[in-house]
Amino acid sequence: MKRTAVALLFFAFLIGAWELAVRSGRWSVVLLPSPIFVAEYIWGALLDGTLLESTWVTLKRLLIGYAAGVIIGLPLGLLTSTTQILEDTIGSLALGFQTLPSVCWVPLALVWFGQTEGAMLFVVIMGTVWSVILATDHGARNIPPIYARAARTMGSEGLHKWTRVILPASLPFLVSGMKQGWAFAWRSLMAAEIYVTILTGFGLGHLLHYGRELNAMEQVIGIMIVIVVIGLLVDRLLFSPWERFLHRRWGTNVKAA
Amino acid sequence: MESPSTDSLTGNPAKLIVEGVSKRFTSSRALVQALDDVSLTIADGEFVCLIGPSGCGKSTLLDIIAGLTKPDSGRVLADGKVVEGPGRQRLVMFQESALFPWLDAFGNVMFGLKLRPDLTRAERKDIANHFLQLVGLEKFKRAHVHELSGGMKQRVALARALAPDPQVLLMDEPFAALDALTRDQLYDDIQRIWIESRKTIVFVTHNVREAVCLGNRVVLMSPSPGRITTIFDIALPHPRDINSRDLAGDTSTIAAALKGTLKEAAFE
Repeated sequence: MKRTAVALLFFAFLIGAWELAVRSGRWSVVLLPSPIFVAEYIWGALLDGTLLESTWVTLKRLLIGYAAGVIIGLPLGLLTSTTQILEDTIGSLALGFQTLPSVCWVPLALVWFGQTEGAMLFVVIMGTVWSVILATDHGARNIPPIYARAARTMGSEGLHKWTRVILPASLPFLVSGMKQGWAFAWRSLMAAEIYVTILTGFGLGHLLHYGRELNAMEQVIGIMIVIVVIGLLVDRLLFSPWERFLHRRWGTNVKAA
Repeated sequence: MESPSTDSLTGNPAKLIVEGVSKRFTSSRALVQALDDVSLTIADGEFVCLIGPSGCGKSTLLDIIAGLTKPDSGRVLADGKVVEGPGRQRLVMFQESALFPWLDAFGNVMFGLKLRPDLTRAERKDIANHFLQLVGLEKFKRAHVHELSGGMKQRVALARALAPDPQVLLMDEPFAALDALTRDQLYDDIQRIWIESRKTIVFVTHNVREAVCLGNRVVLMSPSPGRITTIFDIALPHPRDINSRDLAGDTSTIAAALKGTLKEAAFE
């Protein structure tokens, strides 16, 4: 309760400072709209449905791209952790591409796929898959070998060992890998939506882009806030329960529990 | 091919036969002769302690008996059959608790049982409950691993190793990381369980008194290369008290012999 109150107070303070900055008149209201303007824009966009529709379009792309990234990345990461050859090949490839900002995939995606949903997905998957591979690989490598030894003496081999020992043992790393993958997917998609203008769906990134074209800063800032809120919500709803579960089981991070 | 040899002490048939086992490890700096032509016969139902300074290959020998490590030459026979890999007839209990943190105490004990297709679900549950009770932890069956103390963890590990009913229990310094009081208690427990179940136990330790307290025989090993130096018969009746004066004679004899192996190693 107290923590929530402190957080609320902090954000109220931020918005107050923003409003004061606007009122000081130092900056043009075109460049820095008042928080009230921004709130009005968000409210209006909510009422006329553009916001919900764009959010839905964006989330759909995100979920598909993210799911594909995880489905490709998880097994590849587990494989690279076990085989030296795959580590030296796919592992280094992943390491290299992970350093590439996902915006850099946009030109290629545009040429290969044109202004299509395919281009969007391509950028998101490329932004996600490498970090998932690296995190999973790292996780599976850090499993204490004694778990595998103990499992072997009890007769756990092959598929049983993978599903009942290696996978659960690397769960903490998998979750942080998937979380990192999510953050990367979210960033990549915004880059893709801002740079790839297509007619099949109008996402949040497009709203942001057209906000700039129309010089509607309340729209730009409003959409940025919506993007932040969605990111926070997903973290709280999707990943926090998992992390809490893992902390309870593993006895890690006792302070936060 | 082998006539089932019998042990001179107990007259029981041989459970484990180690025949001319050698093992070398190449580290980045040196070639280590961990075991050099080691032979040992362990009778059914015997409690054998392997003791020696670090580097004498006692843990490696245990790993080879477990089937976790392959010897360079020689072989291990369990019930007359060559050991090719790990098997649930020979379960290992490790020094640090190798309990799985994603399972609770009960789940850990169930792990090995679930790998026995001959049991029904109800039988597995009964067995797991029985062994948790045997180690005095039935109240903690739903506890997560990190909520258990060091001694409790090793008790769960013991229950997990016993539950699938192995014929041989291989223990690699299982109590080394525990405090003295907890350890004393576990000496009583392990002896009680051994007397009741008459499992064959091979117990690796570097603690002479512990070895004398537990073993029918104490096998003294020396390092570089790892060899068996002397085998001591401990004739005292079980259960033995670790603090009893009766252990003093054998303890000092073996401690002196252990010092000798250390001096030799230093001399080389």
